[in-house]
Amino acid sequence: MGHLAGVDGFMYPNEIELQWSILIVLYPFITGLVAGAFILASLERVFKVAVLKPTYRLSLLTALAFLLVAPLPLQLHLGHPERSLEMYLTPHRSSAMAMFGFVYLWYLMVVLLVEIWLDYRADIVQLAQTSRGPMRLLYRIMTLGSMNVGPASRSLDDRVGWLVTLIGIPSAFLLHGYVGFIFGSVKANAWWSTPLMPIVFVFSAMVSGIAAVVLVYYAYSWFQRRPIDMACVDAIARFLFYVFVVDFSLEMLDLVHRMYEADESFRTLDFMVKTRLFVPQIVLQITLGTVVPLLLLGATQVVRFREAVRRRLYMISCCLTLIGIFAMRWNVVIGGQLFSKSYLGYTTYKLEFATREGLVPAVALMVLPLIILAVLLKLLPPWRQQEPVDAVTQ
Amino acid sequence: MRIRFTDASHLVVLVLAFAAGLLVFVALRYALVPAGFGSLGGHYRGPAVAEVAARPIAYAGQTSCLPCHDTEGKDRAGGKHKSVACEACHGALARHTEDPSAVKPALPVASKLCASCHEKDRAKPQWFPQVATEEHSGGADCKSCHMPHNPDPNRGAAQ
Amino acid sequence: MSMTRREMITRTGKFIILTAAAAEGLQQLTGSAQGQPLKYDAAKHWWAMTLDVEKCIGCGNCVRACAAENDVPRGYFRTWIERYHVIGNDIEHPTVESPDGGIHGFPPAAGDDGKWFFVPKLCNHCAHSPCVQVCPVGATFESPDGVVLVDEKYCLGCRYCVQACPYGCRYIHPKKKTVDKCTLCYHRITRGLTTACCEACPTGARKLADLKDPNDPVHEFLRNNVVQVLKPQMATGSKAYYAGLDGSVR
Repeated sequence: MGHLAGVDGFMYPNEIELQWSILIVLYPFITGLVAGAFILASLERVFKVAVLKPTYRLSLLTALAFLLVAPLPLQLHLGHPERSLEMYLTPHRSSAMAMFGFVYLWYLMVVLLVEIWLDYRADIVQLAQTSRGPMRLLYRIMTLGSMNVGPASRSLDDRVGWLVTLIGIPSAFLLHGYVGFIFGSVKANAWWSTPLMPIVFVFSAMVSGIAAVVLVYYAYSWFQRRPIDMACVDAIARFLFYVFVVDFSLEMLDLVHRMYEADESFRTLDFMVKTRLFVPQIVLQITLGTVVPLLLLGATQVVRFREAVRRRLYMISCCLTLIGIFAMRWNVVIGGQLFSKSYLGYTTYKLEFATREGLVPAVALMVLPLIILAVLLKLLPPWRQQEPVDAVTQ
Repeated sequence: MRIRFTDASHLVVLVLAFAAGLLVFVALRYALVPAGFGSLGGHYRGPAVAEVAARPIAYAGQTSCLPCHDTEGKDRAGGKHKSVACEACHGALARHTEDPSAVKPALPVASKLCASCHEKDRAKPQWFPQVATEEHSGGADCKSCHMPHNPDPNRGAAQ
Repeated sequence: MSMTRREMITRTGKFIILTAAAAEGLQQLTGSAQGQPLKYDAAKHWWAMTLDVEKCIGCGNCVRACAAENDVPRGYFRTWIERYHVIGNDIEHPTVESPDGGIHGFPPAAGDDGKWFFVPKLCNHCAHSPCVQVCPVGATFESPDGVVLVDEKYCLGCRYCVQACPYGCRYIHPKKKTVDKCTLCYHRITRGLTTACCEACPTGARKLADLKDPNDPVHEFLRNNVVQVLKPQMATGSKAYYAGLDGSVR
């Protein structure tokens, strides 16, 4: 017993090595950012929260940058990535993972790209007319053959865009809720198997996506030397606070429920959280990643801080939130594999450094969306002089 | 409200682009789904079943041993090892049945092999014959009293 | 009855194609190469395994035989043996060991109290297998005769099935990068042989069972013994039937 490195107690012999690595932690984190950023954008578009306007396009481009990177950790993880097309050719309808491939495709092609295109079309046309060289060709292709930006066509764009966003909201919930379902539906794993999983994932996605957009907004404003619209950021922070309260409540509900029912798996999981997951769960996810941001954000709702103070409080909260939500994904994915399905033992996750599923590719995959976002922001500047035309109701 | 075509042409192009994409996908599917997928009724490649079944065999199974090794078989049939298959002690011997003179298996080392089952251990079920070798024979070779095929000590030692 | 030339060509063509398809299908069921006579009809079999815990002596023959028969990579296990030590009434906290899966047997059991026993484990070839359910592409499946198999040419290596198996019987083959697991020696049982582990078991603790065969000893086994499956609350339709399984077994 315990002769094997990193194993305490008994594990089924094939369980000792973890199956899903840090790359599989990255995947729900990234799709969570996508869903969250999109929900923030749709608040402005569908629910007409005008004060969020400055971040509308930023949210969409952030969502796109991360969505494009989302399949990459999966490809790196697969034993045979060259066979990944099989998920589209012969999807097994009983498999949540297979169906997810189509949800991803739907969301990318029909929701996100179309919405971005419709919102930017007037700018694209203008850029097609004013730019030079290879960029000109690129913009011309993006106009899809029409240079018509008269009020009638733009009003049509606006209405279709509104509809796409409307469909996009449940699609965004589906995109990340599905990832939660992929874990939550595995009856063999007591840490994962709960109907709450998709819901917890969706709310934590919203929290992380909103926090990411705030940080992107800060960074982009700084690069563009533009002042931060405090009314916008205040509104976002308020919304973040409310969603965070719901997210925290859900996670506490799961915890309290487990502790109360104390079923067969509980003792094993409880021990695991108190030992192997102590830093990622108690310290990073719950304390630093949830309680502290909640307190800071709560304080800003109750006390009238000066603008500079509020700005800093928001920044700290958002950074801690992102760390906390990453830790949450870690605790779900890695945590779910640290204990034996016999409930008699534990293993250890050996995070390697520069191998295919190691720390270096993981970091690279988190930096890549930021690079893509920078390119997108250059290609499709979010704050141009031309104001979009709102739908004209007849 | 009437919508002029020129106002909506970009949307029409978009829809057509999607339709084209869908067609490409359908065509790809026909081209790339492997032959025999679903041929046995389930969601899998039918030929895979035959592929698994075509693996080479390593253990011949005792029905292959007995026709040539009739004496040993009869010996065994009269004793306590009658339910122990030949290859349980002699290892995988399919290659020997394919070419008996070319592939001659090594004789197992009796004391190690016998002990792997019969060394006394409190974890083993009580009904199973087991001895502590030191007490039982003082470390002497098992074959000095027991013939492996029929281990009854009254039948005499292995030749 | 008269046929136009077009009708004749169409009908003949269909006849040829359908016959070829059927022949191909039947050949697949036999698992035999081209031209050999039909010997194995999958529809006549429904495979399972019976395991008698009271007969297992923990010798490790089965683990060694399986590794030899199936080229199982070292450190991974298609079958393995667990040794349990239960003290008094503490059924919820047995001490369990499986040193290298039991491939070299077990070290001597130390300790004066409690009871000890061995439990052989393998893929349960579940009738409602959660691993088959979650495979995104159909690379793992239940064959028409009840054996859960892996199509190693199709598997992506996503490892979802490994997560979904409640029994821990799957692993990723380190060289092939696809999922691997007990095939119930499908290549043997379709040729009338028994599995390697059953062949090598000296006490008859493990026996291959064919539930569709009225003469198979499994029917008597199920009738005469107190039988359980592992983790029945998971409702996997497990077909590994254990006699004498203690409540402490995980």
